[in-house]
Amino acid sequence: MSYQERRALVSLVSSVLITVAYFAYMSQRYPDAGDYSPEIFRFWGGAILLLIPVSIVARIIIYILFSIINTVATNEDEPSFADERDKLVELKSLQIALYVFSLGFVAAMVAIVLKNPPSVMFIILIGAGLLSDMVSEFLQFYFYRRGV
Amino acid sequence: MGKRRLSNNIRKLRFERDEMTQQALAEQVGVTRQTIVAIEKGKYSPSLELAFRIALAFGVPLESVFTYEPEDPEEDAQ
Repeated sequence: MSYQERRALVSLVSSVLITVAYFAYMSQRYPDAGDYSPEIFRFWGGAILLLIPVSIVARIIIYILFSIINTVATNEDEPSFADERDKLVELKSLQIALYVFSLGFVAAMVAIVLKNPPSVMFIILIGAGLLSDMVSEFLQFYFYRRGV
Repeated sequence: MGKRRLSNNIRKLRFERDEMTQQALAEQVGVTRQTIVAIEKGKYSPSLELAFRIALAFGVPLESVFTYEPEDPEEDAQ
């Protein structure tokens, strides 16, 4: 398994772990208010905004650990730059991930039109974000493994 | 349109140049070693520019490195 394949798998697992752990923690802080209360919107807005720095810091730590473990285990240095194949793999996987998120966005809007509470819309949006991230990482693994 | 295959002689050409390593070739043409591995295994078709850079690194014409052949030659002739 190449460095890129291992990195894609680590990214896939870390995306799931970070998001699930974060929202498991945040669910304990869910406000005890009505479905359409401004508190609910404030909670989801804050939760999504806070997820960005939390996710960045967690990923940096995970990548540093992965890099160290990978170097020790395989004695192989990580590539110092992204070449044309890396860019093509990233471009293709991001393109499909964008379609997945767009579908999630439409599903979230449909949920609102069908008179679901705003929390359902936010959960679908976050789920679509996580799913598109997973699809992107899985496709990177697939393209590196099977060819692009 | 039939399915086509891009095969290459990179492994043979490296062997003929005193077992040039994949890393050395990668550095010469400006890609990562993993990309050279993928090209050798036929998992990645390089851009035209990279294909020319690889041919230049070996000092041979492009067609001596890469061969482009259809799976169904009759269909390709149409």
